Amino acid sequence: MKTLKLASASALSLAAASFSTSAQAEDLTLCWAAWDPANALVELSKEFEEQSGHSMSFEFIPWPNFADRMLNELNSGGKLCDLLIGDSQWIGGGAENGHYVKLNDFFDAEGISMDDFADATVYAYSTWPKGTPNYYALPAMGDANGWFYRKDWFAREDIQAAYKEATGEDLREPQSQKEMLQIAQFFQGREIDGKTVYGAAIFTERGSEGITMGVTSALYPWGFKYENTPGSYDMEGAVNSPEAVEALEFYKEFYKTATPPGYTNSYMGESLDAFKSGQVAMAMNWFAFFPGLYADPNTGGDKIDFFVNPPQNQDGSTLGGQGISVVAYSDKQDAALEYIKWFAQPDVQAKWWELGGYSAHNSVLNAPDFKDSAPFAGDFLDAMGAVQDFWQEPAYAELLLAMQKRVHDYVVADQGTAQEALNLLIEDWTEVFEDEGKL
Amino acid sequence: MSDTPANRIAAATPPRVARKIRGLSDRAIAWIFVAPTIFLLLAINIFPLIWTIQLSFTNYKANRIGREVKNVGLRNYERILTDSDIWLNMQATAHFLFWTIVLQVLIGFALAYLINKKFKGNDLWTTIIVLPMMLSPAVVGNFWKFLYQPQIGLFNYVVAFFTGKDPSSFEMLGSVTLAPWSIVIVDTWMWTPFVMLICLAGLRSIPDYIYEAAEVDRASKWRQFWTITVPMVLPFLMLAVLFRGIENFKMFDLVVQLTGGGPGSTTELTSINLKREAFEKWRTGYASAYAIILFVTVFGLASIYVKALNKVKER
Repeated sequence: MKTLKLASASALSLAAASFSTSAQAEDLTLCWAAWDPANALVELSKEFEEQSGHSMSFEFIPWPNFADRMLNELNSGGKLCDLLIGDSQWIGGGAENGHYVKLNDFFDAEGISMDDFADATVYAYSTWPKGTPNYYALPAMGDANGWFYRKDWFAREDIQAAYKEATGEDLREPQSQKEMLQIAQFFQGREIDGKTVYGAAIFTERGSEGITMGVTSALYPWGFKYENTPGSYDMEGAVNSPEAVEALEFYKEFYKTATPPGYTNSYMGESLDAFKSGQVAMAMNWFAFFPGLYADPNTGGDKIDFFVNPPQNQDGSTLGGQGISVVAYSDKQDAALEYIKWFAQPDVQAKWWELGGYSAHNSVLNAPDFKDSAPFAGDFLDAMGAVQDFWQEPAYAELLLAMQKRVHDYVVADQGTAQEALNLLIEDWTEVFEDEGKL
Repeated sequence: MSDTPANRIAAATPPRVARKIRGLSDRAIAWIFVAPTIFLLLAINIFPLIWTIQLSFTNYKANRIGREVKNVGLRNYERILTDSDIWLNMQATAHFLFWTIVLQVLIGFALAYLINKKFKGNDLWTTIIVLPMMLSPAVVGNFWKFLYQPQIGLFNYVVAFFTGKDPSSFEMLGSVTLAPWSIVIVDTWMWTPFVMLICLAGLRSIPDYIYEAAEVDRASKWRQFWTITVPMVLPFLMLAVLFRGIENFKMFDLVVQLTGGGPGSTTELTSINLKREAFEKWRTGYASAYAIILFVTVFGLASIYVKALNKVKER
């Protein structure tokens, strides 16, 4: 009886404590990259402010500095962010270094089920170790690398005839990587309406992650694998397989023969600029930008269409997107968890998609009208069905920078062969995993 | 009361403090004044240096607080000194250092020589010439990036105008052969005025009577230049070389904005590489060893150079 009384009293005081915490209005800071979906999230979050009484502040960092700035913040135990929408590759470090709050107990207590979210996004954005039911984030923003093109140019009879004459094939949305290169080469240097245009804008940026995200968009459809056996760190023969070599050579040929002059250090912004200025027929970029591109008054609407990263030996798209985590150093974790609870609701997720965010909630993705809700919605679903992500290890930054160097050296700076670049990459990665004690 | 420094200070201080100071020796007072500086020097320079040396023998990673820190002996140093990629970074740095200094000294001296002549609008031209060095390196890097743009960049059009080449047929920032020169050009554009100002100070410090005496001895202008102007400006020039050398050895912002170290690693100077190792890869122990190697290199070279500079001054 005494124990029961004690338990009741404890439960009451816990409840009172939790009530007093949740009743207290907090000013929460959410950190993310500065891009179109972030603006949509600001709009969406107004509803949370009304419902909860908490106020929201936002810290949006431009993409080129996002990883640097946020990882420094986490590593120094900074309290700037209460909530962080961090890149998928950070999950390993976030979990192992104690930067992110583990959310399993919270999910259980609040009845939030990971089964309600797309499997690929839960695997990529939430779990560490990979695929285990240990959750450090809620899938917030599904994303993948996709393509868009000048539908109006593709539809022109003179251009179609010229393409047919040049290649013997019909001009259409590319069905394979090689067909995409052929189309890009066709447009390269072509005069359209008195202006010289080019094939495609692809990622070649050296400093952060750009060229790796671009190159992997070729590697994955060729069947690239990081390891022979998942979890073994056995990379020889996988990373430098003949398919990987062929894909890397393909990307270099794409860069050399089908991109505008001066595209030696280009990423998202440059790709958008090239397309919006009418310089290129096609461009790669993250699906997150597609709503904005479609709405563009000059090159959007009827002039644009979208396609998923074309297959070659198999389907494959480079994963983007992020999960939302509660920062372990925050003093406002309860309010931050309230935000996650609110964000996980199906109606909020539906509104998130409406505003331009990419929900990963099954109720949104599996809705009968989802595919027709936007011109890129179907492609997004296709892409998310075949996404692959980069290493998500705690040492991901070292792994990423090694790949940035090796592929940029080969693709842009013409140093060595594709085989040599991938062999050197294995050496770099082996060294990293040895330092980590995993090899 | 004797007129010692202690007494003078005591007289100028409130009585309570004065009573305490009056009993102190000159040496003690000197220490009181120097102590804060020494403390700051120890805290800001010496302690981090010693700590960096200590870290350089470990596998420490600043982003992995809970990870066991192991002593790895000289392994970090061995890895750095045997890494061919790092030697390529060193070569890129040496190329950048050598050519920026050569060009800035030659052009800076020539400009100073011209500006030193009295002509109408002299002050206006001096102001115009020194403008680039007043800009932020990040801004300079950004706008030169546009100037070098193959399709719209003014630089390519100017070169095309003189050579008849197609402007978009060459990429200053994208070509492995041109990119190292592109950063040399920008740094020279920005910092030649600095060298010019130092040379100008040197030229204006030469008394006129020396040239007058040379005129009396019927020395030619050419001879005056080599036997009076150059030797007397040389210490100033050497000082300018020292400043530019140290600055350019740690060059970071301008090059990051211009090329990001690319294409590939062609313009990845040691400072850029070091920043990547320390604050992007977070290999703190390794980066500490790298920093120590660079420190010893700069310190060694600067010491030799300062000795040479002193010898020139003594002449």
